[in-house]
Amino acid sequence: MLTKKYWQDKDVALLVGKTLRTGVLCAMGITIVGALIYLFHNAGGKPEYHVFKGADLSLRHLPGILTGVTHFDGMAIIQLGVVILIATPVVRVMLSAIGFLIEKDYMYVFITLLVLSIIIGNMLAGLGG
Amino acid sequence: MSILVFTLILLVGAFAAGLLGSLTGLGGGVVVIPLLTLGFHVDIRYAIGASLVASIATSSGAASAYVKEGITNIRIGMFLEIATTTGAVIGALLAAYVAPGIVAVLFGFVLIFSAIMSLRKKTEHLELSDTSPLAQKLKLNGSYPTAEGKVSYYIRKVPGGYILMTIAGVISGLLGIGSGALKVLAMDVVMHIPFKVSTTTSNFMIGVTAAASAVVYLQRGYIDPGIAMPVMLGVLIGAMSGSKILVKANTHKLRQIFAVVIVFLAFEMIYNGLTGKI
Repeated sequence: MLTKKYWQDKDVALLVGKTLRTGVLCAMGITIVGALIYLFHNAGGKPEYHVFKGADLSLRHLPGILTGVTHFDGMAIIQLGVVILIATPVVRVMLSAIGFLIEKDYMYVFITLLVLSIIIGNMLAGLGG
Repeated sequence: MSILVFTLILLVGAFAAGLLGSLTGLGGGVVVIPLLTLGFHVDIRYAIGASLVASIATSSGAASAYVKEGITNIRIGMFLEIATTTGAVIGALLAAYVAPGIVAVLFGFVLIFSAIMSLRKKTEHLELSDTSPLAQKLKLNGSYPTAEGKVSYYIRKVPGGYILMTIAGVISGLLGIGSGALKVLAMDVVMHIPFKVSTTTSNFMIGVTAAASAVVYLQRGYIDPGIAMPVMLGVLIGAMSGSKILVKANTHKLRQIFAVVIVFLAFEMIYNGLTGKI
């Protein structure tokens, strides 16, 4: 199935499209579930976003979000949906790296990994402070 | 206003933003930030977080819908991604030191620029000969199939395009938008990438660039579930509906109206930024 003409291959383009669609639908579905739980508990509350306090500390990193999800916390479930959405373009970059590797285009394997490492390095460096 | 009402109104607003953004090609982010800050008096930092989520939603949503039509040049995209992601990191770092008022003013200028770019008469430049050794070395030249056979195209001014893309990345990281207008300038006007290729390639890049800054903003608490949820759902559904209408609609008139609205919002943002209301 995977030939040298990897990126002209319709099947692979469709695979990428399918992956994106799955990611987007997954993110949407999870967010909707979270939204229903969140609104069930908070619908009557007052939104206070005119002063910046920042999202709850537990919602700023994956371990905290996952802990919240196991407690069926609506906000944490929404945030999980958001994280999955953020991950979709990153997964697409990873698929490209595999594609270039199959093509034996090592210059572009390097370039793709460089882009990936900028994103992941950015995440791990804790620049968020 | 209760959280329920806030969520529902925002959902409708985000739907309109996603719909208009995909019909005019400007993306969802340009409307989300004014909608939140001017319409709901939300702090601009929350608005930036929500807008980044909206940019990724539009990009991935459109990419999953368009995949059969456009011809993404994955090498051009990936090579220029080095520039945009580096820029996005710089922008997200800078954002911690720039006052919200200045961010609002900068955003206003980017809006005006985007409006001008969306009205500009598009002329296709197709380079039929190889002028850039760098483009050849990086294997950026390509071809796409048409009814009359395969068309080969060549890319020029690679360093110029790379620098513009870095700036696009900085703006995207600083303001939380896809900076589609700047990407188009770099790809169409400077590098002479054909439309058929640049549209989908730029869309691919917007998602990756936004993801690079989103991971920083998530840690900073800019992405709040109460705002991100209606914005993400609204923009996604809007963008998906937009891409269905796009095939039939004549978007020229819509583009003009939208440009006027955007310029109006731009002045509002600049005014509020200067008077310290944002």
